[in-house]
Amino acid sequence: MVVIVLFMVLMAILAGWWLSRQGLADKPWLEVGVGVEAGGAKLPVSPTAKVGLGAFLVVAGSLFSLLVSAYSMRMDMADWRALPMPTVLWFSTGLLILASIALHMALIAARCDELGHLRSSILAAGVCSLAFLTTQLLAWRELAASGYFTAANPASAFFYLVTAIHGAHMLGGLVALCRTSVRAFALSATSPPRAVGKLALSVELCALYWHFLLLVWLILFGLLMRWTDDLIAICRGLLT
Amino acid sequence: MADVTHDAAGPLSAAEVDDVELYHPKSWITKYVFSQDAKVIAIQYSIVALAIGLVALVLSWLMRLQLGFPGTFSFIDPDRYYQFITMHGMIMVIYLLTALFLGGFGNYLIPLMLGARDMVFPYVNMLSFWIYFLAVLVLVAGFFLPGGPTGAGWTLYPPQAILANTPGQQWGILVMLVSLILFIIGFTMGGLNYVVTVLQGRARGMTLMRMPLTIWGIFTATVMALLAFPALFVGAVMMLLDKLVGTSFFMPAIIAMGERLAHKGGSPILFQHLFWFFGHPEVYIVALPAFGIVSDLISTHARKNIFGYRMMVWALVAIGALSFVVWAHHMYVSGMHPAFGFFFATTTLIIAIPTAIKVYNWVLTLWRGDIHLTVPMLFALGFIVTFVNGGLTGLFLGNVVVDVPLSDTMFVVAHFHMVMGVAPILVIFGAIYHWYPKVTGRMLGDVLGKLHFWVTFLGAYLIFFPMHYIGLMGVPRRYHEISGMAFVPPSAATLNEFITIVALIVGAAQLAFLFNLVWSVRHGRPAGGNPWRATTLEWQTPQTPPAHGNWGKDLPVVYRWAYDYSVPGAAEDFLPQNQPPTPQPA
Repeated sequence: MVVIVLFMVLMAILAGWWLSRQGLADKPWLEVGVGVEAGGAKLPVSPTAKVGLGAFLVVAGSLFSLLVSAYSMRMDMADWRALPMPTVLWFSTGLLILASIALHMALIAARCDELGHLRSSILAAGVCSLAFLTTQLLAWRELAASGYFTAANPASAFFYLVTAIHGAHMLGGLVALCRTSVRAFALSATSPPRAVGKLALSVELCALYWHFLLLVWLILFGLLMRWTDDLIAICRGLLT
Repeated sequence: MADVTHDAAGPLSAAEVDDVELYHPKSWITKYVFSQDAKVIAIQYSIVALAIGLVALVLSWLMRLQLGFPGTFSFIDPDRYYQFITMHGMIMVIYLLTALFLGGFGNYLIPLMLGARDMVFPYVNMLSFWIYFLAVLVLVAGFFLPGGPTGAGWTLYPPQAILANTPGQQWGILVMLVSLILFIIGFTMGGLNYVVTVLQGRARGMTLMRMPLTIWGIFTATVMALLAFPALFVGAVMMLLDKLVGTSFFMPAIIAMGERLAHKGGSPILFQHLFWFFGHPEVYIVALPAFGIVSDLISTHARKNIFGYRMMVWALVAIGALSFVVWAHHMYVSGMHPAFGFFFATTTLIIAIPTAIKVYNWVLTLWRGDIHLTVPMLFALGFIVTFVNGGLTGLFLGNVVVDVPLSDTMFVVAHFHMVMGVAPILVIFGAIYHWYPKVTGRMLGDVLGKLHFWVTFLGAYLIFFPMHYIGLMGVPRRYHEISGMAFVPPSAATLNEFITIVALIVGAAQLAFLFNLVWSVRHGRPAGGNPWRATTLEWQTPQTPPAHGNWGKDLPVVYRWAYDYSVPGAAEDFLPQNQPPTPQPA
């Protein structure tokens, strides 16, 4: 449970930093009037949808931290047998990085009002993401073909579980990306600036979500490839 | 929202730059069934939660009948008894308390108390309720499937939860896990709404430190729930795979009924960690909204500002943070390293500090207050006493050396029923009596209310106080029958009979409450807009019950904190939060 505790500590630090800027030491019983918001310092207002996505990413982060926690606890037991990782995972990692880059380019295009670039970047991101999911399926088949799809091997069960949950999150993101791309193709040069602004926000949220999925995948990939063993051992040493 | 006015100088709050248009229902179905209005969703949540809670109440009666009069009711065999225990616990903790505090009170009070028109994502909010409803239906389906609901205990510990010969092994455990997964998905949708609404939807002038403590409690609890429920989600998914696909996340190599099972290499302790990483915060997910609500009830009905508002906020946040590092105190007997036991006992006892701060502050709020013994106030006072009582036995159980002999005895049952059963339920009742006039425009019957309080409060003590002694005798929990054990004196059986009779009476008193709820919708005394003369925004709506959009044309502007009661020199003994300051003579 080291990983999830570290995640919680990180969240607590973030929450503490945020709360410290909310005037928690104010004396509300002494202050009357409207102009006392946040101890006088006005914070920039983020779009509600972005705050919503941020909150969701925290929940998803907690979910993945728990999976990693469970995985590393199980790895620590004496009878752990590691899996040979399919090479195709390297390709999927590359594809996910490409998807993330494409969405970031889409975001830049949206901010510069370049509709053509925006559309091509979104399409590229969608294609890369679908290709990523396909290569994950190939990895599943490769493992199954070499006889690791057995119930009695916890390593393979964990492999299928974490990749499936990560893939499910990707599928959910693809629904949002589909809706965004439909809107991007419906727009024209004469569309009102409000619609363009809303599209730019959608693209920004998609990009944020894909970066998050990439970060999670890189951590999972490191864990599956057993590069993080030493790190986990050090963490455990610190705590015990 | 187009109809927001900017009438006073000052920075804009998030609510005024909101790009979400208020959704307007067009038909009866979208107004009352698939509604996106947080108030309707709140009522839907509350009705479903109370209905399923009634099922859990009946289950507790059946358990008590078996414990009080063993052998008299032949249909309560050991299997059924386990099923009743499991379903009673799970329903009460998750489908009643969590859903009612966050889905019910959260939905109703967050937009109203913060001066918002609705939640920020109303469509997702509607989905949240319907997924919760589906989760309840799936859960109830367990009663009608072959083999009945699961009898694994509400903690669903593997390996026994999915082994043959545990009741409900065919279908019960499956529908339980699926229902939990659905509940968590639905709750996450609602929870994101509650958090983001608090962050983004507050009216102008409503700083965080002007929010009523009710909102602070619900907000902190929701943040905790969003972080903690994924642990149950992961655990439930993994157990589902163990059961369905035959993986071995939690299942070690086992020989059952002389036969070697296919499972190999799983870790039951891993499930305990995941379960209690959710399970302990869950206690505070239920308690923090109760803390917040009770603070507001006491302040309003004692006509006095809350003592130590800042400290109350800090304590809520501190309890929320600490509750994530105590989970293994539920696992002292799982064979953990003694150093871990020491660590978790220490963190557990540290939580007593912020909790004690809250209790002192409630008592100091009452001190020399103008206490009105209304029904909500009675329930609030009942809560303080009960919570202190349950909390004190928590000090026993939080210590490893005391916990080990008391583990799995009726002492534990008595402790957690006091602290997270009876205490939050008392707050729920108090809150219903307090806000019912706003929801329906009519008061709940006072005489029935007082009868309900006294029978429930005294009855709860008559039930659970003796249970501590039964536990100290060493009577184990989860046993279908304890007669014939040499160390159990005959007086334990007499005590059990007594507890059962009281439990039946207390249960019947809840029927009077339900009757009051239904009867008063039409026949209650008209309440007016602000019957308790309270300061918070929900009592200042132009209509009662509040109309769609809550605030008429203009959103309220907040000028002061939520606890201006008995202000010296004021015309009335309270100043609503949206009352502008009187201009000072030049």
